[in-house]
Amino acid sequence: MEYLAHVGIMAAIYCILSLSLNLVVGYCGRYSLSHAAFYGTGAYATAILTANYHTGFFASMLFGAAIAAAGALVIGLVLNRLQGEYYLLASLGFVIIMSSVFNNLNNITGGALGIAGIPPPAILDNILRSHLSVFLLAFLICVLVYALLAYITSAPFGRILRAGREDEEVVATLGYNTTLFKTVALAVSGGVAAIAGSILAAYVTYVSPSSFDINESILILVMVILGGLADLKGSLLGATILVTLPESLRFLGLPAVMADNLRQIIYGAALILMMFFRPQGFLGKYKI
Amino acid sequence: MAALETKDLTKKIFAVKAVDNLTLSLPAGNITGIIGPNGSGKSTLLNLLSGICKSDQGKIKVKGRALADVNPHRIASYGIARTFQGVRLFNQMTTIDNILLALSEKSFFRSLSRRTEKNLALRANEILRAAGLADWAYKPAGELSYGQRKLLEITRVLAAPADIILLDEPFAGLFPEIIVKVSALLKKTRADGRTVMLVEHNLKIIRELCDVVYVLDRGKLIAGGPPGETLSRPEVLAAYLGN
Ligand SMILES: Nc1ncnc2c1ncn2[C@@H]1O[C@H](COP(=O)(O)OP(=O)(O)OP(=O)(O)O)[C@@H](O)[C@H]1O
Ligand SMILES: [Mg+2]
Repeated sequence: MEYLAHVGIMAAIYCILSLSLNLVVGYCGRYSLSHAAFYGTGAYATAILTANYHTGFFASMLFGAAIAAAGALVIGLVLNRLQGEYYLLASLGFVIIMSSVFNNLNNITGGALGIAGIPPPAILDNILRSHLSVFLLAFLICVLVYALLAYITSAPFGRILRAGREDEEVVATLGYNTTLFKTVALAVSGGVAAIAGSILAAYVTYVSPSSFDINESILILVMVILGGLADLKGSLLGATILVTLPESLRFLGLPAVMADNLRQIIYGAALILMMFFRPQGFLGKYKI
Repeated sequence: MAALETKDLTKKIFAVKAVDNLTLSLPAGNITGIIGPNGSGKSTLLNLLSGICKSDQGKIKVKGRALADVNPHRIASYGIARTFQGVRLFNQMTTIDNILLALSEKSFFRSLSRRTEKNLALRANEILRAAGLADWAYKPAGELSYGQRKLLEITRVLAAPADIILLDEPFAGLFPEIIVKVSALLKKTRADGRTVMLVEHNLKIIRELCDVVYVLDRGKLIAGGPPGETLSRPEVLAAYLGN
């Protein structure tokens, strides 16, 4: 039961991450590798505030989301001038910088060792000690995130973003401030990713830079692409499959090292096959 | 009164003066034709008027208000909408989405609310029915034929909350039956009191629709006035018939 709850927590965290990244990749049409940076920002915010300053979990989560959203606003002013490969490479540059910040800002982030002793999440002084209770919290937050994103993407906002991925100039001549729309989309995306980071930090009670590096960004991007661009249910599916599949490998009785390698191979092979047979992902509306 | 005026408008593209010292005005509530040989600067003029590119010199006035170098979305807020010479639709989106984008609120905050969606969808469906595109409402715009795509772009620009409509060769490549339809749409647009600028090569259409016509050649204005008189001037004939 504890184990199932653990898988559920990780699935919820990655669902939140892939939902939020889909806003940028699917709706705005910008392949971004920077998501781990926002994810990490939330995780470190919760780690630092709750472990060092005894801030409450939710307060730290809101703070992390605000910082990540504000950072995304600033980064967005630069990144959003770019498209296609240029955007991808610039977002790669950003995640590399943030990775280095997490690794080297020893006084604040604990450097390569990270931060340990993060208190588990608590609701009104009730500490969530069991996996099951953390799962319920993560699941609830995931549902709220889904509801928020489903609402705004089905409002004119989502349509304007989707139009922009095809032809920003025309969107602008129709009267929409495309820079504002894209920048806010990135800020919302970054803020929501930070929430996932907060949950992770409080759940594992430990953060280290290796959880928020380029590999993590790639994993989240693959979830979005497999699930489908500009489809939120696709993101839930993509994240759930990529979290549960490797876990199910354990039941084949493989040694951990082998299971890990096999997992990488399955990710890679899935991506290659997908590009041939279903380039729009499981549920997506757009081909890559 | 002039809905739109330019004064000494100049735009250099590399070495060429694509638009050269152009002074003209679009009378409000009229259809103004713009003609000229290929490369005479018609599309560049439209790009300047809609903010797609910035002028090197000169002024643009909209309903008497000077238009500083502003973004396309700000220019749209002055009530200007346009089509493009190569049809530019959102091909992966549905036909009705293309119309909804013209109709929906431009304000960022209002765009976050779904409150108006139902009414907008009703209006968009009505507009598509009138244009004869209702059967394609929920198909991707990219699946329409060239003529239908052209018609959809015109329908979209006319659905926009704008009173100055700039059209870049809307009749090119259309089936005669559709030409009649689009002509009727433009006459109705004028009857509604909106101002139209029509870039067009077909002189028959210009004669039929336009109140005023301007003739460009190599970026310069070479003639302007009522079509009947203007089109029979020797310098216009020379530019058009190649001496
Ligand atoms: N993107 C560009 N790069 C280089 N030159 C350009 C560009 N756009 C326009 N020009 C030049 O500017 C001049 C005017 O072009 P423009 O497209 O405005 O002509 P036009 O009157 O619309 O022609 P057409 O009837 O063929 O549509 C031409 O000499 C053209 O070569
Ligand atoms: Mg042209």
